[in-house]
Amino acid sequence: MQLSLSAKIIVVTGLVIILVLAVIAIFAPLIAPYDPTIGELSERLKPPCWQEGGSRDHILGTDTLGRDVLSRLIYGTRTSLTVAVIAILIAGSIGSLLGITAGYLGGWVDTVIMRLTDLAFSFPTILLALVLAFVLGPSFFNIILVISLVLWVEYARMARGEALKIRGMDYVALAQVAGCSKIRIMLRHILPNVASSLIVLATLQVGMVIVLESSLSFLGVGVPPPDPDWGSMVAGGRSYIFSAWWLSAVPGVAIVITVLSFNLLGDTLTEYINPSLRRQGGW
Amino acid sequence: MTEAVLETKDIKKYFPVIKGILFSKTTGWVKAVDGVDLYIGTGETLGLVGESGCGKTTIAKLLLMLEKLTDGSIIFRGRDLKEFTREDVRQYRKSVQAVFQNPLSSLDPRMKVGSIISEPLIVDRTLDRKGVKDRVTTVLEAVGLDPRSAKAYPQEFSGGQKQRIAIARALASDPQLIILDEPISSQDVSIRAQLMNLLKDLQDSMGVSFLFIAHDLATVRYLSDRINVMYLGKIVECTNREDLYTNPLHPYTKALLSASLPHDPDSRREGDVLSGEVPSPLNPPTGCRFHTRCSQAMPECSQTDPVFKEVQPGHSVACLLYQ
Amino acid sequence: MQRYIVKRLLQGTLILFLVSIIVFLLGRQIGDPVALLLPEYSTEEDRIRLTEQLGLDKSLPEQYAIFIWNALQGDLGNSIRGAREPALDLVLERVPASLMLASIAVFISLLIGIPLGVLAAVKRGSLLDTTARVLALLGQATPVFLLAIMGMYIFSVQLGWFPTSGYGRPEQFVLPVLTMSCFMVAAFLRLTRASMLEVVDSEYIKLARIKGLSERNVIWKHALRNSLIPVLTFMGTIFGRMISGAVIVETIFAWPGIGRLAYDAVMQRNYPVLQAVVLFIATSFLVINLLVDILYAFIDPRIRYSQ
Repeated sequence: MQLSLSAKIIVVTGLVIILVLAVIAIFAPLIAPYDPTIGELSERLKPPCWQEGGSRDHILGTDTLGRDVLSRLIYGTRTSLTVAVIAILIAGSIGSLLGITAGYLGGWVDTVIMRLTDLAFSFPTILLALVLAFVLGPSFFNIILVISLVLWVEYARMARGEALKIRGMDYVALAQVAGCSKIRIMLRHILPNVASSLIVLATLQVGMVIVLESSLSFLGVGVPPPDPDWGSMVAGGRSYIFSAWWLSAVPGVAIVITVLSFNLLGDTLTEYINPSLRRQGGW
Repeated sequence: MTEAVLETKDIKKYFPVIKGILFSKTTGWVKAVDGVDLYIGTGETLGLVGESGCGKTTIAKLLLMLEKLTDGSIIFRGRDLKEFTREDVRQYRKSVQAVFQNPLSSLDPRMKVGSIISEPLIVDRTLDRKGVKDRVTTVLEAVGLDPRSAKAYPQEFSGGQKQRIAIARALASDPQLIILDEPISSQDVSIRAQLMNLLKDLQDSMGVSFLFIAHDLATVRYLSDRINVMYLGKIVECTNREDLYTNPLHPYTKALLSASLPHDPDSRREGDVLSGEVPSPLNPPTGCRFHTRCSQAMPECSQTDPVFKEVQPGHSVACLLYQ
Repeated sequence: MQRYIVKRLLQGTLILFLVSIIVFLLGRQIGDPVALLLPEYSTEEDRIRLTEQLGLDKSLPEQYAIFIWNALQGDLGNSIRGAREPALDLVLERVPASLMLASIAVFISLLIGIPLGVLAAVKRGSLLDTTARVLALLGQATPVFLLAIMGMYIFSVQLGWFPTSGYGRPEQFVLPVLTMSCFMVAAFLRLTRASMLEVVDSEYIKLARIKGLSERNVIWKHALRNSLIPVLTFMGTIFGRMISGAVIVETIFAWPGIGRLAYDAVMQRNYPVLQAVVLFIATSFLVINLLVDILYAFIDPRIRYSQ
């Protein structure tokens, strides 16, 4: 792997931002100056400290219920990253296993799994998530479930494609000759050879998941109200756009920076590990 | 001939040609292997030669149980594979190993050499960890590699060394038969000789049998005790090594021989050079399958399929010239 | 080719059948329609009568059979809100607004994204290239709902140029279309740039140059035509993304399209309308994907769909 200087700078910047975000997410209770769910109504709608009327007490101002925007932003990092990581882990494992099974075993197993992916593909993502989130009710775990249900398809398709390629390699035939079971061949030979592509795909998807999660929260079917979340923060500020623009702008900037960092890292990894996997677009 | 490790009796492998979407039906058969008898003696090397597409790799896959037989039987140590229990299959897996042409594709790039070599032993579970480790050291030394290679990945080795690793893996479970499918074809000429010598030494010291598959007669000559020549799914000639090179009978064998000896103008007779393409096995020629390319074809060759029979002691051939 | 089309049609029908089962089950899960329809103080008899009237007393398979039978005749039930119009009519009535928004957005995105992608590839490493790439990255990293709100704040609140919502007058189109176009411009730009870079280095483009064709001719005719294949593949997946975008954009800008209809249907637990919307979208999605695949096969003769 040879990276050009500018690519190195991009990767390092992206990585540093991601690390900082991870630290913020993990140590949120230590960093946040206030409780994100409790506000003081007398302090409501204070502008950020650099604006007229702002104060040092609330660096990024307060929202309609007088809650500290900075604290909500910090806890929101936790929400976004946790949802993204868990959803990708679930969707990635299930999708990859299904894809590898389909690609390696072929036959009717392949047909059934592939028709399932077609089925999942024929529902527009947001609509599926919207309906599911609504049926299951808004909760932290349901949002993870909903996003996993949407995401697994891409892993399954990619893992299947790669498994089909690897199935033809002589070392798979030789493993069979050595007496390996089908499960061993899938786990010991095919999975490790698909892993790098899967990891790249996972990196590429973090940004997408954060956007999807915040979109659902924005639409009111994501993380339920008192808990801080970037998407619902933007939505909450929407009605005050004339008077308190920062309520939407601050979490918005956080989303863009986070997604941008993951996308840059994912793109660079893609170019150098698996160029056939270029990301095509977001929402 | 020594006692048989493995024999095949009239084995056939037909691949269906399927058409249709909703109601698929078989419209034809590719007869990749069409009635082949082989006999591999203990500690012997049987050569199997034919152009690409003649079905020799399909035979290898059948013997390795990677494909199912359409018809006929494979007999291992006197017992038909069809009657094998699970335990028998497990034993068979240990006893019959393989080395393929392309070492790049034979060695899993995500596994260390030690794991690659020990895989047949790990799956078998009879040896404990130390036993497995010792065995890996033994076979690595046997193929002339440093035992420390076990900790490296296959990408760190040259082509010839990779093929040595592949051979070491085949040896790990102490097999009775190793199927060598073009084991040296992808190597440089200088490495070929080294690998051939290694295989010969290994056979002498371990008493393992080889089925040596190649596309030209030059390669199999050095190692084989007996040689089968194959054309479009059938064996056309079989005899011992000396006889085949001094007294080839089938026109196809003669053509292959002259192709393998390009620097000896005396041995090349008029018309022995192979011309034209190998016909499609989906639609093989009637009568003798070789008649479309044969320099000595007679009118009846396109009608009568010659029987494969012994025409001289220990020398069988399927050709109307000798019937 | 014919066989491929037949096969895809059969598969599409099967998927649609599965979609209809899921849609039916989801619709039943959203809420108890009897409770939603009846006024607050109603008797047990009213309840039973309405349950029978809606066919909800029958077993699930029976209900599904009735549902699919009616659906095949174009009857997807009536909305349980407002004037209780037929659900399919409600959907069809909203299609033009969505179609208008989507097609203008796609058209504008192609018009901006492809030429910018070509220019960025041709002038690789230039200021134009860098700017275009940064914009594309930003375009892909910004969620649609954020763009919509930012657009509203800048162009409606601060500058007062365009209205924040509504449908009909030309100025009401600007913000929704801009919001919808953003991620597509970014995607088209990136795809065109990447595939142009590949194509420009290929042998036949070198040959075209050696033949003495003008640079303009080489780039805009020969190279571009071959770089459009990935863009076309992307068009196949764009429909799903457009619907997702439409749900958000139409909700924010109060645009009377099917995206907003779907959102409202979910929020009001209006299951007949939701079923109609999802079935309509899934059907269009399958048809569009089939058309794109067929078109793809015609443009790139290397692809043969004979299994």
